[in-house]
Amino acid sequence: MSPKVRVALYWLASCGGCEESQVDAISDKIDIISNLEIVFWPVAMDFKKEDVEKLPDESIDVAIINGGVRFKEHVEMVKLLRRKSKIVIAYGSCASWGGIPGLANLYDINEVLSKVYSEVPTLQEKGVMPRPKSVTNEGMEIELTEVLPMLLPLDAVIDVDYYIPGCPPTPETFLKALETLLSGNLPPRKSVIGASTRALCEECPLNKTKPDKVLIKEIRRIYNTKIDPSKCLLVQGIPCLGPVTRGGCNAKCPRVGSPCIGCYGPLDKHIDYGAKAISFIASILDLNDENEIKKALDNGIPDPAGLIYKFTLPASRLKVNLKRGEHK
Amino acid sequence: MSSEYEPKVLMFTCNWCSYAAADLAGTSRMKTPHNIRIVRVMCSGRVDPQFIIEAFAQGADGVIVSGCHPGDCHYMEGNYKALRRMLLLRKLLGQLGIEPERLRLEWISASEARKFVEITTDTAEKLRKLGPLKPRLDYVRKIMEEVVK
Repeated sequence: MSPKVRVALYWLASCGGCEESQVDAISDKIDIISNLEIVFWPVAMDFKKEDVEKLPDESIDVAIINGGVRFKEHVEMVKLLRRKSKIVIAYGSCASWGGIPGLANLYDINEVLSKVYSEVPTLQEKGVMPRPKSVTNEGMEIELTEVLPMLLPLDAVIDVDYYIPGCPPTPETFLKALETLLSGNLPPRKSVIGASTRALCEECPLNKTKPDKVLIKEIRRIYNTKIDPSKCLLVQGIPCLGPVTRGGCNAKCPRVGSPCIGCYGPLDKHIDYGAKAISFIASILDLNDENEIKKALDNGIPDPAGLIYKFTLPASRLKVNLKRGEHK
Repeated sequence: MSSEYEPKVLMFTCNWCSYAAADLAGTSRMKTPHNIRIVRVMCSGRVDPQFIIEAFAQGADGVIVSGCHPGDCHYMEGNYKALRRMLLLRKLLGQLGIEPERLRLEWISASEARKFVEITTDTAEKLRKLGPLKPRLDYVRKIMEEVVK
């Protein structure tokens, strides 16, 4: 019997959805599980940082990391895991490009903290900010990790070998990626594994209802539009991001009449996902008068960054709202 | 410091109208500001928003996209496409901390050398007042470098 594949799983700023999808994918695949030896998985098993530190360098075959880099502790942990692992995989949208928490980069970190700790309604005492150091009732001094001024995707901190996209990646995507990894026939480094190389529209069942040239007079939003789930959403005026988003999820959202929000991220040739999305949305809007266009955009896309950078802002070319911090 | 600052402006001109206007301005010996760097494209509709975002990310202080007047596009409606893209892109740039005025869309026909000069001069002047983008980009770069260190 060949030796087991040694795997480390770790989470950064994430919601736990990635773990759910990992468990969903392999919980009934005994042949895969019996091939894996888990050496680190804080969410489910009792390992500590020291356990990883004790391992020899490059002794972990694969480290699968999800979530974006938000705290100093994250930086430390991923650097440690990088040193101990042969292959590092960014799992899910947050690790790959920052994900939804990455939208915090539109604001200064102090604005974010004050929003969370002093503005939102709470039953606790308001305005108590996290302190890096504090003393407990027993007189013990404890340290809390510091928050970074911006959220970063994993590859901004360490070298990442492969990406598995999705929010979360579907179990099928994870299984496909595992198959690729276990086959020993590894694709070129830095590539996206487990997903398609083509746009989502290609695998969408509604694609056959999409005309050659989509033209819309109005951009609609889902909260006040009655959607016909049997027709391409673009034709109905909904900005579905299928044309610019990587396929591989089997069109889970458009299949049930909900637009693609772009969680599988950019295709291989994209430099900037959001700019590409702007390009195609502007192309299907069939208006030529400046005021009419402005009106359509204001009604249909009140928050462009939230629509087109929902998962990719920290990995975009500009990464943040540049007017933050000292420039505010 | 601010008196030394000279903005860098990237300008996309379409082959059929605006580039011809720039050419005419040159052959007519009109004076254009040295801040402008011209990239000739076949049509303003060819200008991918990625180019503009990339330009800002690499340190341009302003971008001008110019094409034929509405109705005059050599490819029928490329300039309308450019118009829609720029309007949406401008909204996005505002959210990313880049003043929407830094991205300008202008219609300049082949004979409007004077308009070409006026627009480029005016853009350079306005950007001088707005100040450089570089410190903002440097600030982000510094944060990232410190994190990786």
